[in-house]
Amino acid sequence: MNDEKKQLAKQLLFVFFKIGLFTFGGGYAMIPLIEREVVESKGWIDEERMMDVIAISESTPGPIAINMATFVGYHTAGVWGSVLATLGVVLPSVIIILILSGIYTAFRSNVWVGYAFMGIKSAVCVLLINNIIKLSKQFRGKFNAALVAAAAFLLLAFLNVKGIFVIMGAIAAGIITELAHIDFINGGKADDPA
Amino acid sequence: MILLELFYVFFTIGLFTFGGGYAMIPLLQQEITARGWVDEATVIDFIAVSESTPGPFAINMATFVGNKMAGIPGCICAVAGMVVPSFVIILIVARFFQGFADNPYVTNVFRYLRPVVLGLISYAALNIITKTVIVYENGAANINIWAVAITAVIFLISRKLKNIHPIVLIMISAVMGVVLYGFVV
Repeated sequence: MNDEKKQLAKQLLFVFFKIGLFTFGGGYAMIPLIEREVVESKGWIDEERMMDVIAISESTPGPIAINMATFVGYHTAGVWGSVLATLGVVLPSVIIILILSGIYTAFRSNVWVGYAFMGIKSAVCVLLINNIIKLSKQFRGKFNAALVAAAAFLLLAFLNVKGIFVIMGAIAAGIITELAHIDFINGGKADDPA
Repeated sequence: MILLELFYVFFTIGLFTFGGGYAMIPLLQQEITARGWVDEATVIDFIAVSESTPGPFAINMATFVGNKMAGIPGCICAVAGMVVPSFVIILIVARFFQGFADNPYVTNVFRYLRPVVLGLISYAALNIITKTVIVYENGAANINIWAVAITAVIFLISRKLKNIHPIVLIMISAVMGVVLYGFVV
């Protein structure tokens, strides 16, 4: 491992530690933080690739947070990158839960902790809303892609279809349209000639 | 051997859970209560603790159960068990992915997956927003106006100061929660 990669791997540990420490409410709540740190601040991964990472993390087994950390780590600095990013995201949880073990019932019933957390939930909502606004911009002018996003949302929210099946549907649609040479997803805009 | 058993149980949970932490609750509950490691009520209690501490739910749970059964070594084994399936599978996929990213089929599949991911995130956001803004009292659903107020203020701050770090927003919201619910409401 050369020095540059060593440096990157160290940064991955630190960045994912920070992300793990400030993620409240599960894997999806982590996405805005990863975007801010990994896409915007560090530029390790671009916006489109980040969406690919989310799709893959959702459709492979295991906690989404771990999957995303491993993937971003590998993409940025190889196997060591993935080890350190994963370690980084796991450590804050482990440390905090170990500290709280024994007093966790007291912690849980502490009213001030409850109040703080009720506030934090609002920030998590805002982060997700802003993230959605930002991600929507890449589908501007692509009507059919926006349609696919809306259809996925409706299937999940109102027909209770599981995420994995929606993803499998998208994979099937991608393969079929490529086989049949149908350019649907780019909204009729001219694609680069293959 | 409890350490091996911890590793094994969390390994199987990690391997067979799709769709993130909360999807694992049924499997986890079944596995750890059947073994008598933790009772049903503690699992439910701990879900609440896990929601008010940072980090992935799965890791919080593995740490808690591992530590309860066999101290720090137990915690390490349970967390390792939880992480290893993800880690190995993603490494294989990431390796494979870099070789196939230019394949026209793969490229096209991801053109469909990106908007679907937006749908997935929107759905997750809808769930979190509903849980934040709606409270259940005596079986009736009510809107918690204080939560709406904090959300609105944080949203305005985030739009005015575009570069404000998400962590700062989280801290402001925690303080607002303490002040508002502790002293005002």
